[in-house]
Amino acid sequence: MAENPEILPGLFRREYTKMTAVLCRHFGLKHIEIAEDIVSETFLKASETWPLQGTPENPTAWLYTVAKNKTKDYLKHTRIFETQVSPALLRGPGQSEPAFDFAPETIADSQLAMIFAVCNPANSPESQISLALQILCGFSIAEIADAFLSKPEAIKKRLLRARTNLRNDQFQIGPLLPTEVQARLDVVLRTLYLLFNEGYFSKSGNVLIRRDLCAEAMRLTHMLAENPLTNSRQVEALLALMCYQSSRFEARLNDHGHTVLFEAQDQRMWDRELIDRGHYYLVNACSGNAVSKYHIEAGIAYWHTTPAGTPKWEHILHLYNQLIIIEYSATTALNRTFALAKVHGHEAGLAEAQKLGLENNTYYHSLLGYLYSPISTKQAADHYRRAIDLSKSPAEIRTLECEYTRLTGVTP
Amino acid sequence: MKEFALIFRLDNQTDFRPTPEQIQERMNWLASIAAQNKLADKGNTLSNESAKTVYADNVVTDGPFTEIKEFVSGYVIVRTETIDEAVELAKANPIFKIGGNIEVREIVQRK
Repeated sequence: MAENPEILPGLFRREYTKMTAVLCRHFGLKHIEIAEDIVSETFLKASETWPLQGTPENPTAWLYTVAKNKTKDYLKHTRIFETQVSPALLRGPGQSEPAFDFAPETIADSQLAMIFAVCNPANSPESQISLALQILCGFSIAEIADAFLSKPEAIKKRLLRARTNLRNDQFQIGPLLPTEVQARLDVVLRTLYLLFNEGYFSKSGNVLIRRDLCAEAMRLTHMLAENPLTNSRQVEALLALMCYQSSRFEARLNDHGHTVLFEAQDQRMWDRELIDRGHYYLVNACSGNAVSKYHIEAGIAYWHTTPAGTPKWEHILHLYNQLIIIEYSATTALNRTFALAKVHGHEAGLAEAQKLGLENNTYYHSLLGYLYSPISTKQAADHYRRAIDLSKSPAEIRTLECEYTRLTGVTP
Repeated sequence: MKEFALIFRLDNQTDFRPTPEQIQERMNWLASIAAQNKLADKGNTLSNESAKTVYADNVVTDGPFTEIKEFVSGYVIVRTETIDEAVELAKANPIFKIGGNIEVREIVQRK
């Protein structure tokens, strides 16, 4: 994938994914590389022409025209059109014009279908996210590696496998069928949820990438919510959750990319508009009987947006109780214990934490450090120490070291 | 890992209605098991009102089976290494405060 960050990087990211999706609709996923090559060449041409002739008045229209022409050329110069491209495309005989356009509706349909194509259950959740970042969000391999704190070679390998599954899938890019939506919506939502979390709770210290991950996850979830075929109470609940979480994005990170703990956040930095949008989607999501884990998590996030002093921890504990019963995860178990300590005190929290058996979990030890703080400085320091030793994230280690120093007065 | 059914039994009080506090307490208990990743199935409540007992020769009576002055009010399935561990989980249930008891039975998969 060629990249031209020097020419309007926002435009590149936006249009790259749109054009790839539309072209895939015509070449089929089997030939996704052809679609990507044409789009890359289009951007290459832009990067060569624009600096000399000036950026066109309507850059997007320029890109679409060039991509269309390149596609026509491609079809003329290869036999692939007759031999390999899906016969469905060969509508009239002697058809020389590729029957496609970049109309907003075509783009929307193709992008939506692309989301469902990427979320192929044959791929692991990690692969789905990597693939989503590359194909749906236009991220480079280096950016994906940064987000996952992995080596680019590892990401490349992961993508290679995932793309093989994508090509071999019989999925058609085009208007989605209700059966496809039904079969994959759960996986799609899970991928978008993980994509968002990857940005929100990322181990990466790169604030720009983290913000992009969250924004992209929200943009894709928005697309689902806007289409009657894909919208559901769950989609709205997930969107509400994302709005609430994003509202604290700026307050959660300090200038150095360190995480600011909830209680130390400057609430004036919370984004009111996003909170209000969260309310809107949560109300919509709750106007039925469906209760998904997204509903519950959105409920928890809602309570976190209420001002300090609101008696909220009992509600939050109740919601965590429901959440952990629906689906176990170590993070949920630990968050529930934190809420339990808020309601019933540190001693009760400790008793509950010790049942969890998560000795190798960083957050387990930082939670024990927090719970021991008012009870035993030594125990607390020991657990923060273990958490620091277990953590692989530089940003997280810095936050833990601050806690350790605050507690003991010495640097670990 | 084995699975055990925790079967809840209450005295035959047809008018029993748990208070919000009792519901909350039970929820905390169940969530605590889930937080240890030992909840295999959150189970269900068995209705005391919409209940019939069927005997031989087409004899049907209203209400649950109460020969032992108790009725089964519900069940939960936990996942633990040993039955003793399952018993420990059961001990923390608030049902004992209202005179109930819990039967712990290993689930034997039918082949």
